[in-house]
Amino acid sequence: MSEQFEPVIVGFLCNWCSYRAADLAGTARIHYAPNMRPIRVMCSGRVDPQFVLKALRDGADGVLIAGCHPGECHYVSGNIKALRRFILLKAMLRQLGVEEDRVQLLWASASEGIFLAERVDKMTEQIRALGPLNWNESVLGGNGHHVAVPVPEEV
Amino acid sequence: MSEEKIGVYICHCGTNIAKVVDVEDVAEWAGNQPNVEVSREYKFMCSSLGQDLIEEDIKEKGLTRIVVSSCSPHMHEKTFRTACERGGLNPFLVEMANIREHNSWTTDDKVAATQKAKALTNAAIERVVHHQPLEQLPVEINPNTLVVGGGIAGITAALELANGGRHVYLVEREPSIGGHMAQLDKTFPTLDCSACILTPKMVDVGQHPNITLLTWSEVEKVDGFIGNFTVNIRKKARYVNEEHCTGCGICIEKCPFNVVDDIFEAGMGDRKVIYRPFPQAVPKYPVIDKENCVYFQKGKCKACEKFCPTEPNSIEFDQEDEILTVDVGNIILATGFQLFDSTNIPQYGYGRLQNVFTGIEFERMVNASGPTDGKIVLRDKKTAPKSVAIIHCVGSRDENYHKYCSKICCMYSLKFAHLVHERIPDAEVYNCYIDMRTPGKGYEEFYNRLLEEGTHFIRGKVAEVTNAARKPEEEGKLIVQVEDTLIGRQRRVPVDMVILSPAMEAQPDSKEISQLFKMGCDFDGFFTERHPKLDPVATMTDGILIAGACQGPKDVPDSVAQGAAAAARVAGLINLGTVMMEPVRASIHQEECSGCRICNNMCPYNAIVFHADRKVSEVITALCQGCGTCVAACPSGIISGAHFTNDQLFSQIEGILWDVRPEKELVSA
Repeated sequence: MSEQFEPVIVGFLCNWCSYRAADLAGTARIHYAPNMRPIRVMCSGRVDPQFVLKALRDGADGVLIAGCHPGECHYVSGNIKALRRFILLKAMLRQLGVEEDRVQLLWASASEGIFLAERVDKMTEQIRALGPLNWNESVLGGNGHHVAVPVPEEV
Repeated sequence: MSEEKIGVYICHCGTNIAKVVDVEDVAEWAGNQPNVEVSREYKFMCSSLGQDLIEEDIKEKGLTRIVVSSCSPHMHEKTFRTACERGGLNPFLVEMANIREHNSWTTDDKVAATQKAKALTNAAIERVVHHQPLEQLPVEINPNTLVVGGGIAGITAALELANGGRHVYLVEREPSIGGHMAQLDKTFPTLDCSACILTPKMVDVGQHPNITLLTWSEVEKVDGFIGNFTVNIRKKARYVNEEHCTGCGICIEKCPFNVVDDIFEAGMGDRKVIYRPFPQAVPKYPVIDKENCVYFQKGKCKACEKFCPTEPNSIEFDQEDEILTVDVGNIILATGFQLFDSTNIPQYGYGRLQNVFTGIEFERMVNASGPTDGKIVLRDKKTAPKSVAIIHCVGSRDENYHKYCSKICCMYSLKFAHLVHERIPDAEVYNCYIDMRTPGKGYEEFYNRLLEEGTHFIRGKVAEVTNAARKPEEEGKLIVQVEDTLIGRQRRVPVDMVILSPAMEAQPDSKEISQLFKMGCDFDGFFTERHPKLDPVATMTDGILIAGACQGPKDVPDSVAQGAAAAARVAGLINLGTVMMEPVRASIHQEECSGCRICNNMCPYNAIVFHADRKVSEVITALCQGCGTCVAACPSGIISGAHFTNDQLFSQIEGILWDVRPEKELVSA
């Protein structure tokens, strides 16, 4: 890999719109930054704010949440629930000093492969400019033990 | 550490993955990950040999979990689930990592792609440990079907299902079914009279006891899933009572006002304000064009009502739009196409030079029931042209407009040439084409026939159509400026009439339609099929099928074939009676629920009930659609979303960050 900083972005993509937009971008051979690593969820409404915190704590430099456009959610209104949680989460992240561009929410329909690819490129550039997040150092001042909440074992 | 034994399979997909991702490296690396019992790479995992690998490994090595790193799960998840099942494993114990659509096809950077492939594969490895065996849920299929669009594809689909004894709702936004085919005079290459072959089918639709025909109607809202869709249809006010009207047409005759018919006659002819698009329209009931009706605009006239002979009177000026709600199991979209607007290419002069016509205008002109009674004449409506130039590829195969080949234009341009020869035997006809594309039964033979009929073929893309004469013989003519690439020189061809052959393009509102029905459309606006080769009539959304030119440019036989194919697919599902649904459903751990009721209002399907006596909430599985919004909202974290549990997703997040994750000791300290 080249010398420049390559951010790692975790992408939570909804099964019906944005995961398919990413599929379409691939099928159409649209080249974009390989920095976004997608995780499929059925709906952006499934994205628990803890997922975002978990990703940032575990080394991601940014998190992308993508869902269907408002009014087009496969599950009627899950994306609106995602939006509400996103606003609250952003308020919290702001207090922790996490920069605005690191966690983004966007709407991409199944036909918007190019749009999704462009947004991933843009986000990669934005986070590259910010540099690594380094949660343990920058957010918790090096006291990594605070974040040591183990993943709950299966019930 | 878990007791699970995971098999990891990295697919080359020929070279689709392997040319960018170092598959050997990924497979070797995966083999060293915790719980991984066996790791292999193979040319095509979806082939039967690839699937056999999985099946045999399950049996011989006692694998309990499977990870396949290959294409999108939307492509082959079912394939690998079935392979697991054959090997004796529950199909939900497999997880796919999408290293093709989301990785190898999106970059040339081999190092980054290999790293990303490892991340996605590792995410699947760590996730799959937490998978639980699940059983699919059977869902009953409502035997009724909605067909949207009453062109030849929709008509065919509706008739196939109705003839098989199934009920169909056929929705058409225009006042009559028939679509573009009803506008045509002849169909290539057989030169069948279009109306003669189409109208019997339209009549069948109109009279079929199993078809509810809803013209002048549009779908407004679609809810539900395969097997159980609820659809709201707006039946626009016709201002004519369909029960009383006999279709006698006296109102049309007596209506004193004419307007230009931009739709059916493509602006070439007039229609009355109360009208049927064409005499053989189905249904036969007319429609009042409210925008142009003098009664609606100025409050006076009512000629139609005055002369209506039915008892009670069929004209109802106070009719209002109706919203109908229908329940259907499947939906076939056959919403068709529109023609490229030729004014977008000003150098061809359409709209500026009066004797430049579009293909559809010419179709109406040569139609015996059209505005000129089938006579080919210039805009003055009397002079027959002595020379005609037909320009292919208007708006298609053009970087500035549509890159795609519109497929039917060569053939209909040849048909135009033939019709000119037939109606005006001494006329000279010039076809200016880029390449002559005539693939189809009897199509090349039709081209040969035109060569013998004396058409002049000029291979070259037309630069310009102008009326600026340079020589005396060009005076008063349209001059087609074209490079004849076969003789290698520029030509100026003076003609009386120019016909443009515009491309088929997606309906202007195809994107909205695709969003309404929650399926995809491509960059050109054509609907996206489930698989371009092997599943051209299904979409990524179960229960929504596509047929005809809404999927891509298509001629009549292809549209008919797709309409019938979509109907056959639906008929098969109805015969089965049930479809197996993903068991992705939420459930609330009853002992731990605090009864806070936060989840109750989250659910868009009202699938969560609160038991006041026990003070706990419960998910009604039959209503739950599995979005997981309640799972994310539960403050106690005790709602479990099957196949997307917190454990599974947290592990997937950890796994996907394998290379950047802080030291394990720190995290688990």
